[in-house]
Parts: sequence; C-alpha cells; structure tokens
Amino acid sequence: MAEYQNIFTRIQVVGPPYPGVPLGRESVTRQGRTGHWHLLGRLGDAQVGPIYLGMTGLLSVICGFIAFEIIGLVMLDSVNWDLRQFVRQLFWLALEPPPPKYGLRFPPLNEGGWWIVAGFFLSLSVVLWWVRTYRRARALGMGTHVAWAFAAALWLYFVCGFFRPLLMGSWSEAVPFGIFPHLDWTAALSIRYGNLFYNPFHALSIVFLYGATLLFAMHGATILALGRFGGEREIELAIDRGTAAERGGLFWRWCMGFNASFESIHRWAWWFAVLCPLTGGIGILLTGTVVDNWHQWAMQHAFAPSYPPEAFQALPDPLTLAPGGAR
Amino acid sequence: MSYAVKAAGAAAALVASVALLFTFERPPVDSVQVGYRGLGMEQVVNPRTIPATLARNEVPEVIAQVPAVGPKAGQVYRNIQVLGDLSVGEFARTMAAITTWVSPEQGCNYCHNPNNMASDEVYTKVVARRMLQMTARINKEWQSHVQQTGVTCYTCHRGNAVPTYSWYNNDRPPRAAGLAAGQAGQNLAAPSVGLASLPYDPFTPYLEQDALVRVQTPAPRVAPVKPGIKDAEWTYGLMMHMSTSLGVNCTYCHNSRAWYSWEESPPTRTNAWHGIRMVRDLNNNYITPLQPEWAANPYGPPTGPVQPRLGPHGDPLKVNCGTCHQGAYKPLLGVSMLRDYPELNAITRLDAPPPIRQ
Repeated sequence: MAEYQNIFTRIQVVGPPYPGVPLGRESVTRQGRTGHWHLLGRLGDAQVGPIYLGMTGLLSVICGFIAFEIIGLVMLDSVNWDLRQFVRQLFWLALEPPPPKYGLRFPPLNEGGWWIVAGFFLSLSVVLWWVRTYRRARALGMGTHVAWAFAAALWLYFVCGFFRPLLMGSWSEAVPFGIFPHLDWTAALSIRYGNLFYNPFHALSIVFLYGATLLFAMHGATILALGRFGGEREIELAIDRGTAAERGGLFWRWCMGFNASFESIHRWAWWFAVLCPLTGGIGILLTGTVVDNWHQWAMQHAFAPSYPPEAFQALPDPLTLAPGGAR
Repeated sequence: MSYAVKAAGAAAALVASVALLFTFERPPVDSVQVGYRGLGMEQVVNPRTIPATLARNEVPEVIAQVPAVGPKAGQVYRNIQVLGDLSVGEFARTMAAITTWVSPEQGCNYCHNPNNMASDEVYTKVVARRMLQMTARINKEWQSHVQQTGVTCYTCHRGNAVPTYSWYNNDRPPRAAGLAAGQAGQNLAAPSVGLASLPYDPFTPYLEQDALVRVQTPAPRVAPVKPGIKDAEWTYGLMMHMSTSLGVNCTYCHNSRAWYSWEESPPTRTNAWHGIRMVRDLNNNYITPLQPEWAANPYGPPTGPVQPRLGPHGDPLKVNCGTCHQGAYKPLLGVSMLRDYPELNAITRLDAPPPIRQ
C-alpha cells in the first residue's frame, strides 16, 4: 500500500489501445501508431496516440519553432556563438525588445527587429493553438472551457507584449524573451511604476492565484482521500452521490460548515484560475497608462498606510536643494 | 525502492549538499531593525563572517607623528607642488605612509627615480600627485559623503599599487554588429551587478556621465521621453552594485515600499546621493584626465606589478562605490585614518572646477 501512495502509479493495466470516440466527417483522421509507454503510465495514462495535429496544430508548431529558433540564435550570438557559454549562461540570455528611441516603429533587425519578428510568430503560434483547442473541443462535442481558460492566459500574454506597449507608444516597454531577463523586467516594471504591490488588480490577481492553488489542494486532497470509496469516479458521483461524495461533503461541513458539490467545485476552481490572469492583465494594462506610480495612487486613496514623518529621520530631496533647483 | 533509484537519490543528495555548502552561508543570521516597525527595514548580519570582515578592514599601524617645526619641504626640496607647506619631517612621514599604503613591495622607486627624487620622469609620480589632490578634494569638498571620517590613500589602495575594485567602459556588447547588437548592454551573468542579467555597465551612464538615476514619478523630466522599464533596469543595476559594494541590502537607504520617496528614506540615502556625485567628480576631474599617462604605460611602471591600467576601450580604470567601500557599509568600518595623517589636509591646490552637486 505504501508503494502505491506515491505521485507515480506503479500499477498499470495494459489492454488493447483505445482509438477514441468517432469524429465527424469534417475532421482529419487521427494519425500515427498507437502504443503504450510504461514511463508515461507511471504519471498518467500509458497510451500514446493516435495523434491529431490538423492544419492549425501543424501551423502552430511551425510558427512556434520559428520563434524558438530566432530567440535561440540571437541568444547564441550574444555569447559570440560560443556553445559552452550558451549552455552556461542560458538562463541569463535574452532577445531584448527594441530600445525606447524607436517607439512603435520597426527597428533594425539586430536592434529589436528580431524581437518583433519572434513575437509575431510566437503570437501566431499561440493563437493557432487556441483555435485548435476550441475546434477540437467542439469536434468532441465538449464544452469550450479549456479554450476560454487558455484565452485568459493569452490575454495576459498579449497585454504584456502587445496591448500595453501599444498604449505606451513604445515596444521597449514589452517583455524580453529570456528566463532571468523576463523576471528582471517584472521587477523593473514594478520599480518604475511605483510598486505593483499597491496595484489593486495585482492584489486581486494574487488572491485568485493563491485561491486557485488552495482550491486545487482542497479538491485534490478530498478526492484522493475518498479513493478507497471510489471518489475519483467524479462523473458518476455527480449523478449518484454514493458513499464517497456523501463523506466528502460531510467532511467539509464539519470543517467549514459548507461544502461545494462535485460539479460546483470545478466551477470554483475554473473561475479562480481564469480570473488570475484576467485581473492581472487589467492591472498591467493600467500600469503606466492610467497610473504612473501605484504607491502614490494608494496613498491618495488611503489604500496604503502612512507613517509618522519622524519615523524615518528623513532628509529633504538633495536635488531640490541643489543650486539651480531640480533639473 | 530499487537499488538504482536509491543510488540516484544518494548522488543527487551529495550534489545538492555540495552546492549548498559552497553557495550559502549557514543559518542562523542576526537581523537588526533599522527602520520603523512593520516595514521590514532591517540589516542582516552573519555573526560567523564578522571575524573575516574585521580582518579584511584592519587599519595599518600608525607611523609616529612628527612636529610641524623646522623648514618647509617646499623650501628644502625641488619640484614640490602640492605638499610644500609640510615641514621636512611631516613630508618624510607622508612619503613613508604612502609607500606602505600603495607600493609596499616596490618601495620608493615605484614613483621615484632613485638618482633624482625630484624628477617627474616616472609617470606614477605624476599620478600620485594628482591622487593626493583628489584625496584633499574628497576630504574638503565632499564631506557631505565622507563626513569627518575622510579618506586616505589606503582607503582604496590597501597595499595594492592598483586598487582592487575599479571599472572601465563596457557599454558595448561583445559583438558590435551581430544579431544581438541591441541587447542594451545586458543579459549576461555579470558580477558587476551581483550576477543578475541587468545592464552590466551601469557605471558609464551614472558614475561618469550624469544620467538621471531616479526613474519613478515624481521624477524631474530631463529627457523628452519619460523614463521607461529599460531605464529602471539600468538604475536597478547601479543599485545592485551599491548594495554588493557596501554589503548591505536595499533597506539600508530605502523604504523599499516607495523607492522614490525622500520622506520615507533614512538619511543614509542622502549620503549615498552625494556619493554618486562625488564619484562622478573624481572620475571626470581626476582619473580620466590622467588617461594619457596610463596610455603611455598601459601595463604600469617598470617596477611592476604588470597589470592593465586601461580598459579594452582605452579608458582608465575608474572609481565606483566598491573602490573605497570594498564590501563594508563604511570603508574600513568607519575608522578615520585621516585623523592620524593631518598632513593630507595641507594640500590646498585642488586644480579642478568646483564640484557639481545636482
């Protein structure tokens, strides 16, 4: 039993591969051989294939590859095509957006032009993949919840890389492609615009981020705890509550006086997850365009606490005392 | 678990513990509250590194002071340009001190022709004279930064002919016109900014040129364009340098909830503000004008040490916060060596335009 209680599933049932439900005539046939991969089976379902890429999927992969290549080659160039340095400094390297002097114009390729080209192909890639998630869900007769959740993430992506730079009138405000550089960008965005901590939409976004993880942990824990009563068969339990659902509900009524249903808990989690990038995107979009200094804004609206002036032994701004005054 | 999994786990644990051992200081550390409660304004001190810090900042033994009586050095010796008002005894004491501070191994001949001590033929003598004027400039005109503690040659040199911490123009990417020409001087693992991917030469714009450090509103607008995120990254880079050079964190000078706010900043920030202007003054009025001397001797005088005196772009090694501070919140942990060497204040000819304090 202790061996089974693991993130990996050690018991694998291998049967004939399942081809999936039949699709309508407008869908391309699924391709590729179907097999079982033992290692994947330890994490989830062992069956791989048949694959359906379709036209949107294929174009998405091609566009993503083009963007990936551009970013990688520019990174390689920034370490003078030294593969050793490329590996060593990979997390530091980036494809930087154009400098501020170019505004929204198309700069020379080696001064941010490649950033625009890579951004274009990456955007095309994710949008095509979105179309694919929507159309595949429809083809299976499913709802389009996954596609709209993905769209919420794309909203934040496009706010950071496209809508906000457009409103600010400069591509230089956009995010670089790189591991640490995009984190530095995040810090610099907060520093430049007076501390994102005081942006109420940022606060909401964090509420939904942590809320979503909390809900996921509560839900995941409940279902795993009900495993011995067949609690993972959620669909059946939504119709016929059975002993697992009864126990789960009672447990939460004991713990917090209220319980979600087997259906509504997923709605809760979905909305929390989706609202995280939606509210975050609104907060980023307002930053620099509507509010230039969030700390000042928060002080004006009594959102940030104030402290007694003597608490800091502060001296006046030396620039205003300088001969000739502020420059 | 299978044997292979156990072995892999043991190997991973070994690698992780080696990485931990050589990357981090072990807890616990002491934190000292330095600001208003609830703001996290505190400095972190590791009690186990204090002995090493003390040893690194030990002040050399003071050479016995001599009375200011007798004939003046300017009357006795030839070619005395800045220390002429000292008595012969004080002059000799100062020369001995400079030798122990700057060239303990090379001795007098690092700057002097032993057959003609008055001659300026060794270029280091010309540099040393200018550096004496620079020291006097700092102690007289930049008390807004060095207060009454002041500096001596030792503050930077620490027994080295070339101070350990300096910088040179490094504002161009390694490839001048390649795909990555527009990397904005950033995105490499740079020690100058604490191994961040921030702009790796924040010194040229802020400590040589007079780019505006502040990026948040209300910032006085100097440029036709408002500062943007990229400007914030440059400022961030400079601040990383200041933080690592002083061995302090952000809250030493800032209430980090509002970087811009002078109303919520401790007075150390004002001191640092003057420090930035001081370093600009030193680089532009004292270091850079000596460039021809180093250009003629790019690897130092014949006595050695053979060490580059210029950066790859031909500019001299210049001053930043680390040059004096060397990892300490106050150079030499605040000990005033100047008090023991009042001779350094006898220099009156500073030979530089009045300092710019804006």
